Amino acid sequence: MRRRTLLATIAAAALATGAVSACSSDGGGSSNTITVAYENFGSFTQMNQLMKKVKAEYEKANPKLTVKLEPIQADENDYYTKLDLMNRSASTAPDVLYEDTFLVNSDISAGYLKPIDQYLDKWKDWSQFSATAKSAGKGQDGKTYGVPMGTDTRGLYYNKQIFAKAGLPTNWQPKSWNDILTAARTIKQKVPGVIPFQIYSAKSAGEGATMQGLEMLLYGTKNTLWDPSSKKWIVSSKGLTDSFNFLHTIFSEGLGPSPQQELDTQWGTKVSTQGLPQSKIAIDLDGSWQSGNWKKTGTKPWPQYSKVLGTAMMPTEDGSAPGFTSMSGGWLLSVGAHAKNPQAAFNFIAMSLNQPNTLFYDNAASQIAERADVANDPAYKDSDPFTPFFTSLVKYTHFRPAYADYPKVSDAIQTAMEAVMTNQSSVSSALSTFASTVKSDLGDNATTSQ
Amino acid sequence: MASSTTLTKSAPAPPAQRRGRDRRGPSLARRIAPLAPAILLLLLFFAGPVIWSFYTAFTDQSLSGAGASSPQFIGLDNFRRMWSDPIFIKSLVLTVIFVVGSAVIGQNVLGMTIALLLRKRHRAVQAGVSLVIVGAWVMPEIVAAFCWYAYLNPDGSLNHWLKAIGATQNWLYTAPMFAVILANVWRGTAFSMMVYSAALSDIPPDVEEAAAIDGAGGIRRLWYVTFPLIRRSIVTNLMLITLQTLAVFTTIYVLTQGGPGNKSATTPVYMYEQAFKFYNLGYGTAMALVLLLVGAIFSVVYLRLVKVDER
Repeated sequence: MRRRTLLATIAAAALATGAVSACSSDGGGSSNTITVAYENFGSFTQMNQLMKKVKAEYEKANPKLTVKLEPIQADENDYYTKLDLMNRSASTAPDVLYEDTFLVNSDISAGYLKPIDQYLDKWKDWSQFSATAKSAGKGQDGKTYGVPMGTDTRGLYYNKQIFAKAGLPTNWQPKSWNDILTAARTIKQKVPGVIPFQIYSAKSAGEGATMQGLEMLLYGTKNTLWDPSSKKWIVSSKGLTDSFNFLHTIFSEGLGPSPQQELDTQWGTKVSTQGLPQSKIAIDLDGSWQSGNWKKTGTKPWPQYSKVLGTAMMPTEDGSAPGFTSMSGGWLLSVGAHAKNPQAAFNFIAMSLNQPNTLFYDNAASQIAERADVANDPAYKDSDPFTPFFTSLVKYTHFRPAYADYPKVSDAIQTAMEAVMTNQSSVSSALSTFASTVKSDLGDNATTSQ
Repeated sequence: MASSTTLTKSAPAPPAQRRGRDRRGPSLARRIAPLAPAILLLLLFFAGPVIWSFYTAFTDQSLSGAGASSPQFIGLDNFRRMWSDPIFIKSLVLTVIFVVGSAVIGQNVLGMTIALLLRKRHRAVQAGVSLVIVGAWVMPEIVAAFCWYAYLNPDGSLNHWLKAIGATQNWLYTAPMFAVILANVWRGTAFSMMVYSAALSDIPPDVEEAAAIDGAGGIRRLWYVTFPLIRRSIVTNLMLITLQTLAVFTTIYVLTQGGPGNKSATTPVYMYEQAFKFYNLGYGTAMALVLLLVGAIFSVVYLRLVKVDER
């Protein structure tokens, strides 16, 4: 009898260790310390460079204040998680946050961010930002919660050397999804050993899979993700089915990376530091910031990148008007809701994103400048041969419906993409799981079909 | 004591009385006093999170969005959602496969086999083998998991050697459950081995010798003499490794992240994904409660085994 009680006690104790418990890190600080949280991971080191630079400048200009940098070493998904875990408690919440535009509304409704309109009104540089740029940090309540660091667009990179070997034109511009498939099939046949077409499709790529992957397809069809008239998420449509069918074709015909490559959490870094520079990928559907990796300040300097690689616009599904598509996002600097000295935190942001520092960052990280005085600076225009191309995509670009619920829809999309990519479910069953997941997450009234 | 009993006539009485006094012994408060610091720490660091998890399981608490600032009490919604979530159901099945495969069968049988083989071997052999096996146990879980990742991944050392005979494997992708079970057996076997070695060394040699003289062969001696003698150790060990294995997260997460797709997403991994990747803290903690229930079911089964045994 006694022995059994002992066993039961051991059982209970051992089980208790299995319970979910949150982790925390030290942070916070007094009103004389400004903590700055940002991502520093893989080939993305430019933010760290900028923050170190600004910390030195800021502490020199404000001798009484200390800047505490908190670079978070985590891939994008884990970065958001760690940031939100820090935000959950006032003692660990950072004063300045590096914030993805798609999470802004979600983090506003979570109460993590502070509106900064009163400071912006007195900031003369704010007039340099375009109306679109200003809206990037605007919440649904009409207040502004962040200053954009730069934006981005997405398109196709292709390797001219591989194209020449395959007998394809080296000034390639596909007019429809079929043109992409045709080129990829030719490459698979004529240049074995390279990945014909790279598209992010795994949960490990996080928002990158949703935005660089599915949305680059979906926004080239007749449908989108969000119906503005009914204010509902479109969880089933012909465009969605076509997009997933395209994915299925890519992976079932072996035109993409192997599923295991895609599932690697380091895949994004491998694409930019190995796949493209080592001519192992023929076509890459990716973001405008890629060349930042190959500049002198990047993690994989590659002086010949603009000669080896060509760029092409992403065509719409069947080439119908406007012919091409792109997606834009970008990151903000925001003030945390628990900031003890919000003015000092905002001043740090203002200094980080003044003209010289924005120029430094936009060049280093290959961002599309959103400050007029940076965009027109010769040092910006000449910094990257790809800048004119990616800037020209702005006229075709779309923005994500970055409402508070968007991250949940995005997660469901990634799950469906991975299921199709690994061939664990058919397109139709992956899509029905997607629709039911979104419905159970957000409620039946939040979704519609087209 | 022995001398005093010889002097009195009621020889057996004093020891009996003494035993009775001993049992009543010091007061309850004095007995518990040395435990107080431990209990306090447990309450602070265990009970707090556990109670919070329990409460959160009935809310729509999330990491970001409205659920972070003003979580709502939603009753049993999280649990209802679980039953209509095929991935969750699958995760429960995978958890049972993982526990049975790696703990109940793998670690348990392998640990027992090694312990039996090491009996009556030369000291040097015992020390050498134990060192190697316990080495795996001493290693932090994350390090062990990385070793296995380095060993099994397509560019890893196993394929490097297999190449010599023209073979290749990609188990992390093609057979993820097999891969994680293999890694967990490797790491956990030491524990079972130590428990069984200790238990086996307590068996008086004359019992087995008697059985041998009566003509019982090796297997029969094992089944009818050795196992019954160490049955309590077996059940205790089974219970411990089962509960440890139920909560295994690091090994699986490092090796496969629960993938590809959800092919190796046991409940702890899926729980983490929902809570910390998809921000559904409430849903994640609700799963933790269900996991607690699964552990309780296993425990009840084992406790029953002891009971049957004692009859």
